[in-house]
Amino acid sequence: MADPTVKDRPVQWPSPWPYDFPVEGTAASAPDKVARVAGVEPAPPVQMTRRSAFGAAFLGWGAFLTAVGVGKLGLVRFLFPNVSFEEPQEFPTAPPESFSRDTVDETWKKNGVWIANVEGSIIAISTVCTHLGCTPNWLPSESKFKCPCHGSGYYMNGVNFEGPTPRPLERFRVYIGDDGKLWVDKNMKCQVEQGTCGDRKFGIPA
Amino acid sequence: MIKQAGDWLRGTQVWKSIFRHGPPTTARNRTMVMLSNVFLHLHPVRARASGIRLSFTWCMGGLTFFLFLVEAVTGILLMFYYRPVAASAYMDIMALREDVPLGIMREIHRWGAHAMVITVWLHMFRVFMTGSYKPPREFNWGIGVVLLVLTLLLSFTGYLLPWDQLAVWAITVGTNMARAHPVVGYEGPGANLLQVNGIALVHSGDDIRYALLGGRFVGEATLLRFYVLHCIAVPVMAMVLMAVHFWRVRKDGGISGPL
Repeated sequence: MADPTVKDRPVQWPSPWPYDFPVEGTAASAPDKVARVAGVEPAPPVQMTRRSAFGAAFLGWGAFLTAVGVGKLGLVRFLFPNVSFEEPQEFPTAPPESFSRDTVDETWKKNGVWIANVEGSIIAISTVCTHLGCTPNWLPSESKFKCPCHGSGYYMNGVNFEGPTPRPLERFRVYIGDDGKLWVDKNMKCQVEQGTCGDRKFGIPA
Repeated sequence: MIKQAGDWLRGTQVWKSIFRHGPPTTARNRTMVMLSNVFLHLHPVRARASGIRLSFTWCMGGLTFFLFLVEAVTGILLMFYYRPVAASAYMDIMALREDVPLGIMREIHRWGAHAMVITVWLHMFRVFMTGSYKPPREFNWGIGVVLLVLTLLLSFTGYLLPWDQLAVWAITVGTNMARAHPVVGYEGPGANLLQVNGIALVHSGDDIRYALLGGRFVGEATLLRFYVLHCIAVPVMAMVLMAVHFWRVRKDGGISGPL
């Protein structure tokens, strides 16, 4: 070979097995030996320029790094379970007729709501005190919610009137399900003091 | 007699296969002691007498590392009894106090954790006041800041494991911050930009807090996640960074001396 420049010196690709890169014009590679023993012409080695070798390396590394990146995405996805075993945030209570006028039903307090039939609509009141998050008690004789922690008091409609609490109890979305029962959806809530409870979603006509 | 036994011991093949240097009686052998031991080689071979003066360093970095070792040993011992399951976690904590020999073990772990946070801050304070964060040590200061965060994360993840009211509500409040993370927290800025036909892509059931807790509320999945983070993930990260931290102390010219 007549003194090729560094730039376009040919690179043999893929490398013959075993990895004995022939020094120019000397030792034959293993495929050549095999071919000679078999009595056939040795296959011409695949020639590759430095430029195309660079392209192949680029492709190889690109594929490798892409695979690693996709693997990382899988790792992130692994942290998000497909099934949650938490309490459902949307659940049925009872048919709306069973909530009589001006009463508070405590049956679903363990689910975090009182069902109150007050001011002509049925609402689901959150059992979390808006002061510091304790659970108030419903006192039927005094017709008010009273928090045992710091004495915050709320009317039957959840609006605060005494104690340190700064704002009314929050309300959850309610609707009549296909089964005719009143369903509570705790994924959506409204705040009376912000005027977001006027929506029909947060109280159905009694 | 004792000297003879010592000479015999140092002549055995077992000894010579472990220690490839003579007794540390010469300067060269003393250097070899440090360089040929994987644990000691992280430490500077030579330190300035002024640099290791207690009134200068307070030994706060060393104390922090000592407390980390205390936490690792007591933590592994606690793992023999503690099960990160909601039904048994709190009872196991109680049993560690009442039914297990050396019921003080959990208290050592807890007080060690408090002490480690204090020594980390004091170490940082000392490094700042002595100007030891300046070049060529600015990269090591950065590693130290990450180690500070990992120390606080170790405290935070360990906070949940007793599984009492304090633990559950502290983690509930603390992880609520993740809700407000930009874009990936569902109450954070930019989260409402990610929606298709009015349906939010980032909501309470798939945001960053959900991945952290394994659910929307602190529950069984959270307990297990925080246990793994506390016992495996964060300590391993801290160990790797500590190795780099100590090694960099040596490479950046040893413990800084008074100017």
